[in-house]
Amino acid sequence: MVPLSWYLIFAALLFSIGLFGVLSRRNAVAILLGIELMLNAVNINLAAFWRYGDVLQMAGQVFAIVVFAVAAAEVAVGLALVISVYRRRNTVVADEIDMMKW
Amino acid sequence: MTGEQIIFLLVALFTLGSGFMVVTTSNLVHAALWLVATLFGVAVAFALLNAAFLAVVQVVVYIGAIAILFIFAVMLTRKDMRDQGPQMNRNWWVGALLSVFTFVGLFFLLQGWSGLSKTAADIPAGFDSISELGNALVSPDAYVLPFEVASVLLVAALVGAVYVAFNRK
Repeated sequence: MVPLSWYLIFAALLFSIGLFGVLSRRNAVAILLGIELMLNAVNINLAAFWRYGDVLQMAGQVFAIVVFAVAAAEVAVGLALVISVYRRRNTVVADEIDMMKW
Repeated sequence: MTGEQIIFLLVALFTLGSGFMVVTTSNLVHAALWLVATLFGVAVAFALLNAAFLAVVQVVVYIGAIAILFIFAVMLTRKDMRDQGPQMNRNWWVGALLSVFTFVGLFFLLQGWSGLSKTAADIPAGFDSISELGNALVSPDAYVLPFEVASVLLVAALVGAVYVAFNRK
């Protein structure tokens, strides 16, 4: 049987990889890819705590589904913003999107 | 080492390797395809955790919709098929350092927790996790309110996305 710690360390590693992508990529779409990795790491944790806790309590799976919905919303809005910015500025590099920088 | 542990380690290595390729590869179409591989690995991890519904939703919603949306966005926002210039910003090492610190911090936080080496209890006989999940999502004394709030959020976000991306002539 796999101990709970393996899942938690796996999720922590995936979260750290996603964090690295968010902090260091230049392309705005690549930053959103990193956010997806972080959200997936959270979902692994929720499912693991459901399985290793009381399986009759469905809270872990229910909130994983809520995270799915929030991830879909976040990707839709994020990519719409990226496409809108690309149309106006002809760039998706996060450093060059500085219209609101004073 | 049991068979389940070996399968878990293979899935975890595959997922983490694909995740690393997502954040480091310079071709964004390849990064989106590596994201599909990562999401598939996470779906297998859900299946290993007996969360069948989550595994299926992961494949259908994440791989079928979100990853395809990413590929569309990559193709809509590039002038040619090659990405020019460095893919990492100047301070990429700060990001690497911060993510390593985050992992080390999480690791030590987990080390200090007593429930860490817990193993899963057997699923009770006759327990159907999918019907339990369905009941929990619509039952008023369970999670119907978060579920409805999530659906309203999704509708609002999609309407907003259409408004933001709409091309006014």
